[in-house]
Amino acid sequence: MLTIIFFLSSGLFLGWSLGANDAANIFGTAVGTKMIKFKTAALICSVFIILGAVVSGAGASHTLGKLGAVNQLAGAFIVALAAAVTVMWMTKAGLPVSTSQAIVGAIIGWNFFSQTATSMSSLSKIVGTWVFSPILSALFAFLFFHIIKRIVERSKIHLLRLDSYTRIGLLVVGAFGSYSLGANNIGNVMGVFINSSPFQDITLAGLFHLSSIQQLFLLGGIAIAFGVFTYSKKVMMTVGSGIFKLSPVTALVVVLASSITLFLFASQGLHNLLTSLHLPAFPLVPVSSSQAVVGSVMGISLAKGGRNINFKKLSQISMGWIATPLASAILAYVALFFMQNVFMQSVFK
Amino acid sequence: MPKFFNSKSKQLEGDIDGFLDRVTTAGLIFQEGVKAYVKGKKDKFEKNFKEITDLESDADNIRRDIKHKLYTYMLIPESRGDVLGLLETLDDIVDICEKVLEQFSIETPEIPEFLKSDFIELSELSSKTVEEVVKAARAFFREIGMVSNYVNKVHFYEHEADNVEEHLKRSAFNSDEIQRFSHKVHMRYFAEKIAAVSDVAESVAERLSVYAIKRRI
Repeated sequence: MLTIIFFLSSGLFLGWSLGANDAANIFGTAVGTKMIKFKTAALICSVFIILGAVVSGAGASHTLGKLGAVNQLAGAFIVALAAAVTVMWMTKAGLPVSTSQAIVGAIIGWNFFSQTATSMSSLSKIVGTWVFSPILSALFAFLFFHIIKRIVERSKIHLLRLDSYTRIGLLVVGAFGSYSLGANNIGNVMGVFINSSPFQDITLAGLFHLSSIQQLFLLGGIAIAFGVFTYSKKVMMTVGSGIFKLSPVTALVVVLASSITLFLFASQGLHNLLTSLHLPAFPLVPVSSSQAVVGSVMGISLAKGGRNINFKKLSQISMGWIATPLASAILAYVALFFMQNVFMQSVFK
Repeated sequence: MPKFFNSKSKQLEGDIDGFLDRVTTAGLIFQEGVKAYVKGKKDKFEKNFKEITDLESDADNIRRDIKHKLYTYMLIPESRGDVLGLLETLDDIVDICEKVLEQFSIETPEIPEFLKSDFIELSELSSKTVEEVVKAARAFFREIGMVSNYVNKVHFYEHEADNVEEHLKRSAFNSDEIQRFSHKVHMRYFAEKIAAVSDVAESVAERLSVYAIKRRI
């Protein structure tokens, strides 16, 4: 048991840092501008992240599994650790880092080390989605901004009532965003442990079935929630009053647009529906919530006439598509070498 | 929770509307009071003066209550400062209306016949600026796009008031009917006091146009 917990710890750490950083993408402005209390935000965020992870986390994780099936617990430990360290390091450097990009790099590092061929079709699908997701987010934000602006202007709604509706909206959209974040990003945290999962399926009172994967995701979800409660407040305060100065209504648009983007790349139900209708379905790929948010903010800038577009931020994002996976792949490769040759643990079958 | 937010918001909406109603009424009572004084209707003037005194303390109480509620229930954190600033300056209008009538009551200026129409017109224009600035304030809460329309009207009436004020002062100082210099100065003083209402209304309008830009989505 102790070994299992030890090996899972790197994934849990990655989950913690995901919670600490990414919750602010969803509730940052709401909490930073005092529209919602931090405790309320943290509670809703945690509950829905866990729900999203357990209920529909499988889709995006499956894609990571196709990229590289890490099949030994010690190997998975190193892969998650390499990703976590990369995330920590890039965060310290002030770059908009993504756990998705870090974990993909680390998996490729494992593939190289174990001399497993990296599925190029999976890789191109993943990278393509990364590029596409902020663009899609910007498009949604652009659209919603115009719609909401028109509704607010036409309805002659009182400032105070608009404020109370915005609060409710921020809570509801925040819950949806948290669910989407959990569903889309749990694969980053726990995906690498799927093939070496130490858990057995359990059925509670004949009604409640939790597969071994769902138990893994539940654990990861709890780690994310822990990150939300212990560290995200600081990040939220920075988001609320720092880089993106948004009004509560535009914040609502940003969160809605980013959440829908995350949801589209995580929802198996939607994927199946579109496939059954012979329509092109969204690939289920873990994307970066931070980059989706940056995309949404750009969308709003465009809707406002293209002012204040932060090109530096854009270049940082595209740098992240390459630099993050590269750093994390190299780190994983080196660490796997040490794990195998110094600590004498088998890291692949 | 939504119901809680909503009922508080509705209550406050009512409070704010009530406050704005009082500002408009203050402008109208002010106009009626000046008219009554100028026409020598002493009783009616004193009644108007009493009304505006009550109204002033009433408006003060409502404003304090709104401020308290905005902070206690953490409503509109983004525009709270602007809203409170707006209500405070609107309250200044009520204060100054009351002060002018008080000065009339204390100093009982002697208004010569040839200045009466100017004094009445000046009070009407000042009252008009108050009416329009309150409309601008209502638009700020409900229909942000209309604010500039009302602000323009405030500017227009304030400018008209300035012209009448100048005319009144020139007439007073050029006239041989008023013998004493002190009397001329007294007329100037009251002309400036009445016009001050429109000046304050204009500064509130200036504030409102800035708030409106800030509030645009």
